[in-house]
Order: sequence, then C-alpha cells, then structure tokens
Amino acid sequence: MADSVTNLEELKKLAPPAELRRAPVVEGNPSLGALTDKLSEFAEGKTPGWWKFLFAISAFCATVVLPVCLFYQVFTGVGVWGNNHPVMWGLDIVNFIWWVGVAHAGTLISALLFLTRQHWRTTIGRMAEAMTVFSVMMAGMYPAIHVGRAWFDWFMFPVPNSNGLWPQFKSPLMWDVFAVNTYMMVSMLFWFMGMIPDFAVLRDRATTRVRKTIFTFLAMGWTGSARQWHHYEKAYVILCGLCTLLVFTVSSIVGLDFCTSQIAGWHATIFPLYFVIGAVFCGFGMVLVILIPLRKWCGLEKIITMSHIDKVAKLALVSGLIIDYIYLVEFFIAWYSGDTYERWVFGHRLFGHTYLYLGWMLIGINVLVTQLLWFKKVRSNLVWLFIIGLLINCGMWCERFVIVVGSLYQEFLPANWGKYMPTIWDVGLYIGTLGTFFMLYLLFVKFLPMIAISEVKGVTPQADPHHPLGGAKNGGHQ
Amino acid sequence: MSEKIYGIMAEFNSPAEVLHAAEKIRDAGFRRWDVFSPFPIHGIDKVMGYRNSLVGWFSLVLGGGAFAQTFGLLWFTNAFDYPLIVGGKPMFSWPMSFVPSYILMVMGGAIGALIGMLALNQLPRLHHPLLNKKRFELVSRDKFVIVIGAEDKQFSVIETRQLLEKLGGTQVDIVEDPD
Repeated sequence: MADSVTNLEELKKLAPPAELRRAPVVEGNPSLGALTDKLSEFAEGKTPGWWKFLFAISAFCATVVLPVCLFYQVFTGVGVWGNNHPVMWGLDIVNFIWWVGVAHAGTLISALLFLTRQHWRTTIGRMAEAMTVFSVMMAGMYPAIHVGRAWFDWFMFPVPNSNGLWPQFKSPLMWDVFAVNTYMMVSMLFWFMGMIPDFAVLRDRATTRVRKTIFTFLAMGWTGSARQWHHYEKAYVILCGLCTLLVFTVSSIVGLDFCTSQIAGWHATIFPLYFVIGAVFCGFGMVLVILIPLRKWCGLEKIITMSHIDKVAKLALVSGLIIDYIYLVEFFIAWYSGDTYERWVFGHRLFGHTYLYLGWMLIGINVLVTQLLWFKKVRSNLVWLFIIGLLINCGMWCERFVIVVGSLYQEFLPANWGKYMPTIWDVGLYIGTLGTFFMLYLLFVKFLPMIAISEVKGVTPQADPHHPLGGAKNGGHQ
Repeated sequence: MSEKIYGIMAEFNSPAEVLHAAEKIRDAGFRRWDVFSPFPIHGIDKVMGYRNSLVGWFSLVLGGGAFAQTFGLLWFTNAFDYPLIVGGKPMFSWPMSFVPSYILMVMGGAIGALIGMLALNQLPRLHHPLLNKKRFELVSRDKFVIVIGAEDKQFSVIETRQLLEKLGGTQVDIVEDPD
C-alpha cells in the first residue's frame, strides 16, 4: 500500500491542473470487487417500494389498457380512432415516429459513442440499449395495427402464397417494414450479446438455485478467457458499426415515407435528415427522464455521475440546435419555393387554426427551452434537467403531430379539408404503449444487469495493466 | 479419485501481474493454456499470439449473402415472377433495390457477428470443468486466472505447479475433468 501512495503523489504532480483533467468514469475509484458488488446490488437486493408502485401502474396500463384498446380496435376497425378523410394518419403514425425516435438515442449512445471510444458511455450504455429495444417494440406495433386488418400483416413479407402476389418493393412504406424489424432484431442481438459477460457475473454471484440455473443458461458457458474476449470484442465492434448504420437508416426511411409523397409540408428533401436528428433529440430527452430518477433510486450516483448527465445534456443541446436549424430551413424553403400550397401549410402551422398551439409549443420547447442547456447551472440541476427532458419529449411529440396532421388536414382542394381529433381509443393505446414500455423497463432494471458490469470495470484505471495505478505493485485493490 | 485432470489454475491479483506471468508462460513454450479475466486485458491478445479474429468474416459472408439474396428476391418478385408497373417506374432498378438489400445486409451482418462469436468460442455450452471450482467464480469479479491445460505436451503436475507459483500465482490448484 505504501507504494500506491507514492505513486498517487507522483501522479498528482504530473497531472494537468484540475480544470483540465478528465472526470473519472466512476467516482471514488472503488476496487474491482467493490464495483462488482455495487453494480449487481440492485438486481440481487430486495425489491424496493417505488419499484412495486411504478410496476403496478405500468403493468395495469400494459395488461389492461393496452389489450382493451387493441382488441376493440382490431375487432371494430380503424374507425374507432379519429382518423378519417382527409387525415388518414393520426396518432398511430405520430406515436410510431415518436417511439422510433426514442429508440435512436439509445443506439447512438451505445454504438456510436463506443466507436468514438467515449469511456463514459459504459455506465449508461446498457440502459440506453434497453430503452431502444423496448421502444422499437412499441413503435413496430403501430403500423401493424394501422393497416386495419392486422391478420393480413403477413402480406407485407415476401411469403409465397396462393394468390401468387408479392409485396411491392418500390415504396418506402415497404422498406419501413424491413427497417423497423431489422432495427428491433439487431438492437436485441446487440443488447443480448453485451449482457453475456454480465450474466456470467450474476451466475457466479447467485446464491439461490433458481438464479444460478437461469443465469447459467443465459451466460451460455461464458468463462471470460482471453480467447473468448478476443472474439467477443471483435463481434462487439462489428455490431456497433452495424447499429450505427441503423441509426441513420431507420428514421431516414420513415422520413422517406413522407417526402416521397406530394403533400405540401411533406415533400421536402430534408426529411430523412430531419427525422434522424429529431429522433436523436427526442431520445436524449427520454434518456434524461429515465436516468435521473433511476440513478437516485438505485443508488448509482457515483457510477452515473453528474459529468455523464452533463454530457447527455450537451448532446441533447447539439441535436436540438440542429433541429432548430432544420426548422429554419424548412420555413425558408417553404417561402423561397414560391409554392402557394407550401406557403399556406407553413403559414398555418403557426398562424392557422385548430393546431396552431401545437406549432407554438414546438417552437417554444424545441427552440427556446433547449437553449437553457447552454447554462452550466441548468446542466448541473437534476430537477431542471428532468423537466427539460420531459418537455423535449412533449415538444417532439408536437412536432410529429404538426408534421403528420398539420400537413394533411388542409390539402390542395378546400373540399378536402377536415379536422382530426384523437378519440379515447387513440389516447388509450398511447397510454397502453407507455405502460408497456415502462413495465418492460422496470423488469429489466430489476432482473437483468442494468449497467454493463464488465465494461465499467474495464475502463477503471486499475484495469489498465500499463497505468501506474494498475501496475503489478498494487493493482488498485483495497 | 479416478477423475482426469483438466489442468492447473493459478490466481493473480491485477491485470499487470497476469500479463507478465502470461508472457513468461508463453516464453516457456506452453501451448494449451488460457488467461481468464473479468474484462478484456489490454495487450493480452499480443501475448497470447492471437491474430485478427475471424468474426468479421462470418459477418461479411452473412451480411453480403443477405444483400445479394435480397437483391435477387426483389428482382424475382417485382420484375420476373409478377412484373408490376408502379408509377411508370422501371420494373427493377438500383435505387429501389438498394435500400431493402442494405437493411437486410445489416441484419445478416449482425446475426453473423453473434453466430461467429459464439461458434469461435464454442458457445453455448452448459458446462465447463472450470465452473466446478469455487475459486473460479471470482474471475467474473476481480481475480485473474491462468489455466495450463493437462493436454499440453509440457504439462506435468509438479513442475507446472511450481512454475505457476514462481510466477506469483496464488491458490494454485488442480482442476479435475469429470468427463
């Protein structure tokens, strides 16, 4: 131990001044053993009261509200929603885009930040991935029931059938089927593969026979040998690269669904980019909403540090600024195109009727509230960040509503004008999907390794054999 | 005890210790041995003499295969088996086929990476002789273990044990093979 002190002192002399130093990934520099205990504590401990309370609410939404709304809609028809001519795309598509958007920040954090070697992502990556997996599930459900006859969904897949018909692949709506399904599948694979070494941790720590059996199956015989890590790391990099491609593909294709149509307000080349950035922005809002309470309730303040929250907030700000720029371009092009219909639609977004308050909420939140994140004071205040996260989700939901409904309700011919109001079944379905999302998330937090245990251990100073603290002399063990 | 011996395991406390010990074992000419750690140790690949992992090839083959297959499928369905004119567009063209093919390439690549990783690691397996050892459970926590397999030509219960102890390994123990 004496050695370690001299090492530390020497290190301090050599280190750059405090304000230039990089914040440690994990605060308090715990030993590897203590870190393992800390990270698996929540999955192994007693179920806390807040968890049961939230689980009861979300499980009610997931197992009562959602099935009731689904069954009623599937048995009766799409007419139970407010969708009708001319607004054929209502909350179902708004929520579909919203959920896909929530998913994107998760992939961005876990995959893109891995490729750019951001060590801080190890602490929040797993939670972000789980967010991706569950929200894509919710997203995928919407188009499947919006087709009206859900029992004909298999028409969308190239299955040889007695009619001799095939799907029509020249439409981005068809590409969407593949994009969303691939996204769900690849996110799940990525999520699962990342958990294999952590399943092994939980297997080795298991005290009951049931836990031991379950995690033995899930860990699939992982021993952590150098050879296994060698192949595992390679596979991980490849999956990260592929997931990053998906971040930029899935929402682009959703954007193409819109911009290949002739509707004024949709027919813009910026849409694919617009949807990707909007998705990422919305997702960072969701990350803030999920991380801030969980880090407190699960006692993870030293793992998910203020520095990490600060970085997420900065990323939200960056994506928010790009969104603001895109709004500017969108309005400018509408004016510059000289197209009467387009000018009309964009004018009506802010100065029209019925939906103008949503247009102003969009500007108020996505443009103005986001600017608060410039201030360090706001970024270090968890209450503020939580509220801003919620607001970003609302703002992005308004944006999707404005794009989808706001462009449809006053088409080219006044004879085609109409209004759209969501019915209780629209709202019920949304509440049901929110409940399902949070129910799955709570189950994940409680029963699976919610933080990538081996990854976090791998980025501590004592894990580096060449670091002064990780040397043969003390190894960072207390 | 008529059980066979799987190998000898020794514990180390830090990545640096185990890295240095691994270098010595390699220099001693052992071939059937491995290092077990709670996270990948930087530089261990070089010591173990691993070349580039083959996982990438699995991914490439499955991803490329998926791309080609989807491309073919689109041609077969939309241009050959049931030609359909939509909006005066050509029956088959690059832009319409690229996107779905590209997406399924990602899917194939991802499945390939996972399958490749599992296949090259000979996973899943429900059992491993090392998982019988109580001390081995610490590998997923904070210990680093070197195991020299009994199948190695240079393996000898006494000398290998002495070597591991000399290199600083603690809790040196024989691992039985129940099979």
